[in-house]
Amino acid sequence: MSVMYLILPLALIVVFIAVIAFVWAARRGQFDDLDTPPMRVLHDDSEKKKAD
Amino acid sequence: MNLATDAHGTPAPGIVPCAHCGLEVPAGLIEDGAERQFCCTGCRTAYAILHEHGLGQYYAFGEKRDAPVEPTGKKYEEFDHEAFQSLYVKPLKGGLLTTELYLEGVHCSSCVWLVERVPLLLSGVVRAELDVRRARAHLEWDPSAVTLSAIAQQLDVLGYPPHPYRGVAAEEMRRKEDRAMLMRIGISGALAGNIMLLALAQYAGWFSGIEAEYERYFRIISLALTAPSLFGPGWLFFQGALASVRTRRLHIDLPIAIALLAGFTRGAINTVTGSGPIYFDAVGTLVFLLLSGRFLQNRGQRAAADAAELLGSLAPTAARVQDEQGERRVPVEALLPGMVMSVRAGETFAADGDVTEGKSAADCSLLTGEPRPEPLDVGTRVYAGTVNLTGPLLVKVTQAGEMSRLGALLRRMEESAKRRAPVVQLANRIAGWFVGVVLVLAAVTYLYGLRNDPARALDNAIALLVVTCPCALGLATPLAITVGIGRAAKTGILIKGGDAIEALNHPGLLLLDKTGTVTEGRVRLVRWEGSEAAKPLVAALERGSSHPIAVAVQQAWPVVALLEAQDVIQTIGGGIEGTVAGQRVVVGAPTFVARKTGAEEHAPDVRIDAFAEEGLTPVWVAVDGHIVARAGFGDPLRADARASIDRLRTLGWRVALLSGDHPAVVRATAERLGIDLADAVGGASPEEKLRRVEEARVRGTVVMVGDGVNDAAAIAAATVGVGVHGGAEASMSAADVYLSRPGLAPLVELVEGARRTMLVIRNNILFSIAYNLLGASLALFGILDPLIAAVLMPMSSLSVVYSSWRGRTFETTVARRAAVAASSGIPPLEPAR
Repeated sequence: MSVMYLILPLALIVVFIAVIAFVWAARRGQFDDLDTPPMRVLHDDSEKKKAD
Repeated sequence: MNLATDAHGTPAPGIVPCAHCGLEVPAGLIEDGAERQFCCTGCRTAYAILHEHGLGQYYAFGEKRDAPVEPTGKKYEEFDHEAFQSLYVKPLKGGLLTTELYLEGVHCSSCVWLVERVPLLLSGVVRAELDVRRARAHLEWDPSAVTLSAIAQQLDVLGYPPHPYRGVAAEEMRRKEDRAMLMRIGISGALAGNIMLLALAQYAGWFSGIEAEYERYFRIISLALTAPSLFGPGWLFFQGALASVRTRRLHIDLPIAIALLAGFTRGAINTVTGSGPIYFDAVGTLVFLLLSGRFLQNRGQRAAADAAELLGSLAPTAARVQDEQGERRVPVEALLPGMVMSVRAGETFAADGDVTEGKSAADCSLLTGEPRPEPLDVGTRVYAGTVNLTGPLLVKVTQAGEMSRLGALLRRMEESAKRRAPVVQLANRIAGWFVGVVLVLAAVTYLYGLRNDPARALDNAIALLVVTCPCALGLATPLAITVGIGRAAKTGILIKGGDAIEALNHPGLLLLDKTGTVTEGRVRLVRWEGSEAAKPLVAALERGSSHPIAVAVQQAWPVVALLEAQDVIQTIGGGIEGTVAGQRVVVGAPTFVARKTGAEEHAPDVRIDAFAEEGLTPVWVAVDGHIVARAGFGDPLRADARASIDRLRTLGWRVALLSGDHPAVVRATAERLGIDLADAVGGASPEEKLRRVEEARVRGTVVMVGDGVNDAAAIAAATVGVGVHGGAEASMSAADVYLSRPGLAPLVELVEGARRTMLVIRNNILFSIAYNLLGASLALFGILDPLIAAVLMPMSSLSVVYSSWRGRTFETTVARRAAVAASSGIPPLEPAR
């Protein structure tokens, strides 16, 4: 069971990294507009097709 | 590509679709042999631009415009003016400029595609990005290569008329708040999840045994995870509680903060001493759940406020000024007293002033609520916001901007909105006695424990504090209101605050503006007595005029045979005359027609009074010197007005009319609506409306429903202000609720929906209190297992979430929406717009 002393801190470090990533994204405004980007994705694809 | 299938794959048989917007091309505009057909020049131009620049793949997208392109044809010179640029344009690094414009008519992914590509065709435009939900375009450009007016014209040609967006600063602040709240939720959610995992291990150990060493280890790590959650994201509740204590206004945050702090402190002490329960899983989950509830509520209210605010950006932004250098357009912000504005027919006055040249009529309904035009002559005072109807005018500016009558009215509106006492939410009222009861119970538990089991007395008291944390109570209101506001928005009712929902549950006085609210707000041909043969003659005569009567005729008979009228003369305040098909036709006020036909000496026409009694404006028609027909024009009642008002009355509201229109007309309207004549007030100025609302507020709930600027101050002062479809921007920004569907039926839906929402809130609160009672009585006798507490708490929150979600508040079934669309012809406004 002493593996707990290793695994738990490791798991918490992973969580910490995830939280940092989320905060970074929120701060950069990634969640400000959740409607337009999904529409834009389709457009970029069709433009590439045209370039081919 | 075959005939005009660009817009929609397969054209319906018999209908020729427009190659750009896909709507039917009117028979008169179909060009024989042309490869593509267009319903209007706007669509034709847009199509040409797209093809010229190789953007034809626009037509491959499934979604299409739902309206023809109608460019305003404006030049937008004012966008390049210093005064405009200093207000709305910000410099960027590298000499670039940036601004945000509100675009009319964006709604789908094709719009995103167009708006983000077409401006880039102009050299000098660096960036164009659209936020569809907020209908806002973010632009960056190089001022040495391109002007903002050129970009604006480009967008206008495509059918997205741009407007300066006035709320950038406020928006920036809200965006920061939103991001901060999102971070709090993210952090507290991650921590809560991990605390729960650790708690699971400990509960498992509680059943099957766990070595003391590991139990201690888990407890310490739980503590290390709970502290940042409580003092980081959870700090919000302590701030709320402190503010509540300081202002002596009870708030739900106070009992929440007490429970969180008590649970955490005791848990921390027990962790150090190594015995007794820790409450970390409860504390961590509470912080996360409560923050989420709050975030959802803010978001729902904001979406509704945003939608109304956008409509507010539609005010005129420019005026045409005449000076030594000739005529030029300047932004309204640059207008100064003494300048001379030239105002064409159909334009809105941008400032207060005196007419110095020209004759016309003004539509002052914005300020007075009176739909009938007022004559304008040299020396007449005109006001900002009113519309010049018939002829070009020169106006010397006397007051501009904030100093104008409109500006002063808006200022009063803001003041009364600030003075207004907020509605105390039910949950916060309950929080008051909740704190008292819980503290007394905790003390009783402690004293009772001291006598029987002193070792566990304190733990039992703390357990009671934690288990009675009003988590469900704190979620009860926000969740029910969020769901209610979201569903209301789907049916076209935009509710900007939860307060309105609570206030609408206390029936009181409901004041309705007349023009535009219970009536359609437009002059219409209501009655026609006499010769049918005269109709085409009148239609031909009125075709070229922009007078409200003429517009009403054009609407009444849009397709009456196309005769030509010659030598048309319009007399302001009189009527119109001309020669149609060789006959001399005179249409106008009875006295005017009598004078023209030489019938002046006859006895006064009795029909005039008969028309006036019904609130109709009489217009007589004479052909070759003989009166052949009598027409009555008026502002008809909305079809659903009577039924809606009756329904509101049965719900307990006293319905009254408060109008700026002539008292006689208001009385006639009241009679037809079954409203007590004592409750029908006419001739009320905006100031008097405000005074009446403020007086009535002393006696109870006042709901003010209106559409005009003349109602704005009263709307802001009322307990709940409601702006109706087609209203002026000021009334919308002042209103707590905006009805984006025409008619009074949405008003009834609002009141009924608010009642049902409140029912859900009450049920939620009952639920949560029942759970708290159960938990409290278990804790009181010291038989509350930590495990039972851990199950009880999320159970109460979940049942509140469930009941909020399935509560039938505002109806949104497909059938209901279809009925709405069919009856109004207007698609319900989706919240995403």
